[in-house]
Amino acid sequence: MNESTMSNPGIIITIILLLLPILLGIVIMILKVMGTIRQAKDHQQLEDADKLAEYLGNLSKEELEEQLVKRKAALDFQLSHQELSGKMPAEDEKGLLHINQPPGLPIVAAKKKALPRPNIDPKLSKLIIWYFLSATAWLLFGTTIGEYLGIKFVAPDADHVSWLSFGRLRPVHTNAVFWGWASLGMLGLGYYIIPRVSNTKLANLNYGWYTLGLINFAVLIGSICLMAGINNGGGEYREYIWPVMLLFAIGIALTLINFIETIARRTTKEIYISNWYIVASIIFAIIITIVAYVPSWQNGLGETIIQGYYMHQGVGMWFMLFTLGIVYYILPQQLNKPIYSYSLGILAFWTQILFYTLIGTHHFVFSSIPWWLQTVAIVGSAGMVIPVIAGTTNFILTFKGAWYKISDSYTLPFFLVGILFYFTGSLQGTAEAFRSANLIWHFTDFTVAHSHLTMYGIICFFLWAGIYAILPRLTGKEAPQITIGAHFWLALIGLLFYTIPLMYGSTLKGLLWMDNKPFIEGVVLMAPYWLWRAIGGSLMWLSHLFFAYNVYKMVSTRKEVDIQETAIRKLTEPVTPIQTIA
Amino acid sequence: MELFDNHKKLFTTATLLFLLLTLFVAILPAINNQQRNRPLPNAKILTEAEMKGKAIYISNGCVACHTQQVRNVDMDKIWGSRPSIAADYAAIHRTDIWRNTATLMGTERTGPDLTDIGTRQPGKEWNLVHLFNPRIVVKESIMPAYPWLFTIKSEPSDSDVVVNVPAAYLKNKEGKLVATKEALYLLAYLQSLKQTKLPEGNPIPEFLYKKAVKQADNNQAQEPELDGKALYTASCQSCHQENGEGLPGAFPALKGSPVVMSDNLELYVDIIMNGYDARPEFGIMSPIGTNLEWTEKEVAAIINYERTSWGNNGKKVSPDEIKKIMDLLKLKTAAQ
Repeated sequence: MNESTMSNPGIIITIILLLLPILLGIVIMILKVMGTIRQAKDHQQLEDADKLAEYLGNLSKEELEEQLVKRKAALDFQLSHQELSGKMPAEDEKGLLHINQPPGLPIVAAKKKALPRPNIDPKLSKLIIWYFLSATAWLLFGTTIGEYLGIKFVAPDADHVSWLSFGRLRPVHTNAVFWGWASLGMLGLGYYIIPRVSNTKLANLNYGWYTLGLINFAVLIGSICLMAGINNGGGEYREYIWPVMLLFAIGIALTLINFIETIARRTTKEIYISNWYIVASIIFAIIITIVAYVPSWQNGLGETIIQGYYMHQGVGMWFMLFTLGIVYYILPQQLNKPIYSYSLGILAFWTQILFYTLIGTHHFVFSSIPWWLQTVAIVGSAGMVIPVIAGTTNFILTFKGAWYKISDSYTLPFFLVGILFYFTGSLQGTAEAFRSANLIWHFTDFTVAHSHLTMYGIICFFLWAGIYAILPRLTGKEAPQITIGAHFWLALIGLLFYTIPLMYGSTLKGLLWMDNKPFIEGVVLMAPYWLWRAIGGSLMWLSHLFFAYNVYKMVSTRKEVDIQETAIRKLTEPVTPIQTIA
Repeated sequence: MELFDNHKKLFTTATLLFLLLTLFVAILPAINNQQRNRPLPNAKILTEAEMKGKAIYISNGCVACHTQQVRNVDMDKIWGSRPSIAADYAAIHRTDIWRNTATLMGTERTGPDLTDIGTRQPGKEWNLVHLFNPRIVVKESIMPAYPWLFTIKSEPSDSDVVVNVPAAYLKNKEGKLVATKEALYLLAYLQSLKQTKLPEGNPIPEFLYKKAVKQADNNQAQEPELDGKALYTASCQSCHQENGEGLPGAFPALKGSPVVMSDNLELYVDIIMNGYDARPEFGIMSPIGTNLEWTEKEVAAIINYERTSWGNNGKKVSPDEIKKIMDLLKLKTAAQ
């Protein structure tokens, strides 16, 4: 059996299906053998019992009694358990002991609880909670679509409905996770961070609700339009037509006003670096959207140049910059120590603007846009090494002396994975931009793997870290650790299963193209790697179900009975007549 | 620092820096491009039907998998006779008030590039069957099927375009499969996708990163014969199929074909170079050899592959033989 037949999905599935009855057979056989051994053992013990009875029958009564009394005294001997401590009762005079472990066996290691923050305006809490709920809903929607698209690579005839065809659904997936999930998740965290580090109240609560409504509406209408075949003309992440994107832009403009006014009222002298990143990212997102949708410079190749600029600034200036702002606040807070270097943060901020703005056209290397512009983009991509290394170093060194905290926190692992992918994912982007690497990887599935390493590995993991850190502070409720763990591991393992085979396969495909082999051979070659992608995608999707459950547990108002609280309440309650009678 | 503690100054500085860079890497190059570039003088303007076809192409998101750009690298030369240049896109303007310009250059090639598909694969029958379900003609394909561009009629009228597909794909529905207007618009658009020849005298931009030619082979007497199987896979297989049996009612079999096996090379070469439409039961074959500018080497390699595969055992030919016939055919077409 050669390699190609072994990698045929049908055969793999068949083998797995065949293995199931074989495994069952093995289990049954083991049970049978164990039964036989037990029977033999019983037989042996019956014989031994006969011998013992014979021996006991031969002993005299006195002899027997003396022996038994002696033996019983020996067996009953016990230590008093006060040999070392003495007989005085124990007392914790300095309040050093905290025992709040629930009874029963621990399945997961107990992690630190989130600290309650009672001084958050309940109205602001409610707003932020709704941002998180909306974001979670779009995550579920967007990745369900993504999962289905992954399946279509393996089973192209899964359905024949025009609204669900691949070309229409692909932008539904990307836009829903961009504008619905990631954007709303970020903004929700922004609404927590901006007033907090400005040490003041949010300027205008209503604007927050308007933004939430407008963005939710935009993604809903946008998704329906795309499925109905109404799109802007095919530029990636620019598929929503302008009336839809206008709603989104108005939404974030309201939030921008809100944030700047809040910062203007700050009671601290300095503006904490988080707020630099967050406010700048909103300003840039508005500029990017305007540049992308104004028709004055979009004829012919103008459209392509703007497209390169837009798609990459959208990722780098909106998602990355905003998320970095979130990390600069929540990571030190979770580690309970200041950020390693404020100056590195400032360096990363300005170099990110300088270099990232240049790199858009690296999506069109070797195309007919001017050669010099492609070179500028490649140089800018190389320059990105500076902010990426500055940021990574800063975060990693903030961990210094606090690494032990990772093992008793459930948010820090998410941060650590995010930082890791921030480094590898971003530098991978630099490597892809070089002309020699671009030659192999451009147009292949490598780009898809890269965008998932970054948008998922960086942005999503940071957002999850932030939500798990902030949401319990708002509601006073935490998600079960076991489901947070399931979310973390499924997402991480799923992402690796998704990206690694895709990168490997697409490298082979690129080499095959360079060899001028017939195109269809590349499709055949990719089949097993597409199957792995679908499997990885399924794990990722499953992890989102756990995340949604966790969010539900954190916001659900259904109270569990707290033994201590209830006991105290019972004591302080006025004594009722019924109790007196009893 | 004063700048860092004043939110107005800080955010204004950041915004200005970003705007300045945006101006220089996006807005100005874009404006410069749209002002400086003009369409090639001999470029064809899309007809109304082709424009409607393009709209269907856009709304179904075909750009997600199909690029329309031939890069100036050697591996892309199978997608066109020259690299795409700015002038190729210069005629594309805003679609309408709701929709932006659609150059449809694309960023991913899950399917083939379509810049020159009208030259490479113009056949009406093939395209319609392929749109209805790509796996009828290319079994490994993962392209979506587009059955909603077709209807089933029990008694199609003379003006209806009937598409012959294997009965299994009609899911036991009675009647004939008929292409809708939309399918025909889309077909027209696909057929219109052809690279415009550069005007005489213009230098043709080069393909970069050429594969290193093996010196040793060149010095020896003969060039090696081209890979006939690869050529067949790339250009013939989608109609005549991998097993050479064609598709009944659409594309004839080459296995045991009298044209392939006979000694009359002239007809055989003529069909490869100039197409064929002599048998009403099959679709029209496009002049694939002429479209792709094949020389006697390609034609000889394909003929030799077809004559020695699927149980065929015909006589092998040499490129010199084919060259004579091709010259003769050129004279004939010139005389007409």
